[in-house]
Amino acid sequence: MTGSPGRFFAKTWAIAEMEVRKLRHDPTELVTRAVQPALWLLVFGQVFSRVRAIPTGHLSYMDFLMPGILAQSVLFVSIFNGISIIWERDLGIVHKFLVSPTPRTALVLGKSVSAGARALSQAVIIYALAVALGVDIDWSILSLAGVLVLAVLGATLFSTFSLIIACIVKTRERFMGIGQVLTMPLFFASNAIYPTEIMPSWLKAIAHLNPLTYEVDGLRALTLVGGRSVMGLGVDFAVLTAVLLLLVIIGGWMYPRIVT
Amino acid sequence: MPEVLCTHSLTRRFGDVVAVDSVTLSVDAGEIFGLLGRNGSGKTTLIRMLTTLLAPSAGNAAVGGFDVVRDAAEVRRLIGYVPQALSADGELTAYENLRVFAKLYDVPPARREARIGEVLAFMGLTDHANKLVRDYSGGMIRRLEIAQAVLHQPRLMFLDEPTVGLDPVARETVWEHIQRLRADIGATIFLTTHYMDEAEKLCSRAAIMRRGKLTAIGTLDQLKASVGPRANFDDVFAYYTGTGLDEDSAYADTAAARRAARKLGG
Repeated sequence: MTGSPGRFFAKTWAIAEMEVRKLRHDPTELVTRAVQPALWLLVFGQVFSRVRAIPTGHLSYMDFLMPGILAQSVLFVSIFNGISIIWERDLGIVHKFLVSPTPRTALVLGKSVSAGARALSQAVIIYALAVALGVDIDWSILSLAGVLVLAVLGATLFSTFSLIIACIVKTRERFMGIGQVLTMPLFFASNAIYPTEIMPSWLKAIAHLNPLTYEVDGLRALTLVGGRSVMGLGVDFAVLTAVLLLLVIIGGWMYPRIVT
Repeated sequence: MPEVLCTHSLTRRFGDVVAVDSVTLSVDAGEIFGLLGRNGSGKTTLIRMLTTLLAPSAGNAAVGGFDVVRDAAEVRRLIGYVPQALSADGELTAYENLRVFAKLYDVPPARREARIGEVLAFMGLTDHANKLVRDYSGGMIRRLEIAQAVLHQPRLMFLDEPTVGLDPVARETVWEHIQRLRADIGATIFLTTHYMDEAEKLCSRAAIMRRGKLTAIGTLDQLKASVGPRANFDDVFAYYTGTGLDEDSAYADTAAARRAARKLGG
């Protein structure tokens, strides 16, 4: 890494801010991406609330589901972020970044942090839906701040993962194929739509290795009045931070490979 | 030191293919140096090694005395790079594009705005600074990229096929600006091209590549003299790149030009 930590973060921020500006020039994708969580909450959530098939303790099913769908939304807006570097590689933009005196990890982290902005805009929409559906939301400043941090942390993590995939597969077609293969298992092998307690033990083991489980657990504790973390909020933040750091290091090492 | 760039037996292999075969050359400060060759001759691979994007398989290269592998970070501070594809970000304005690179190249915050204004003015883009780049013509994008590459006042600029896919008027404008870079700020420029008119217009010295090897190097007059008394530069090119039926090359030329035109929305 060249230069001081201050310059590292300044350059990371320069990249992140650039990505967010692009969103401001064309925000339509934020609206289209809101359709999926809306369907899950309005259709799946309401149907399964009536069925009472899934035991969610003291929480109503809709309350239980809402943070799961928020986490799903964070996952989905982030997991396809990596495809943008394949596009940028084809255009020569990646080459210009790699030729500049910018640490590779700053390029990776900057791009991934910008997914956090997308995630936050989805969070606003999901909160609005949740209010309409009568979810008992915790509006305290501390909770909202925690949700903000957790959403950005999760988005950065999954976006970095997506970037690593892009560096491995190198083409758009392969990326889309792998993206589809990864998102569904990540979502279903987590506590997003049902608690881990009711899973068979093999699935429970996988769920505990899945970063999305910790994202959901933390969000469930923070978004809801009466929400509780199964694994401990501290554990949730620690696991997500550690996984993110590891992925950023791997991503920084792999990023130059996208042009070879 | 007068030598800004030098390479010794620089080589790059991809499996069994030797894309760059033991290339030795040097470029002096203030020169516009042209690397010529047909598509597939190894020009872009060579530039990628010199710009630290690709490690050599053998040999070495240095920019401003810094080795491109060992001292890659220092090399990156010294060079500016305009890739072959039109690579400014269409979803941002020209100003926003320049601002990102001003930050990445450590232009001091106090100087940033002024410097961005200077390069926009130099490349004749001040009036279009706040338009989205996707609304720019190809020539304007190319000028913006050159502006981006000079923000940090590099010692050496690499231009990879600077006018490919541009219409004749745009090409002339880009050439004028390249010449002004050398005249006004003493820039040293290393460009690749397969256009003879471009080489003759801009370059003081040139080298010719064929299938990865350097087949000739010298001033334009020296190269013409080496071919014959009345040789023009097209003759020089044909002589040193081989006159065989190179149908692959012609197709690649057209394909490259079409790709560039598609990106302009043409």
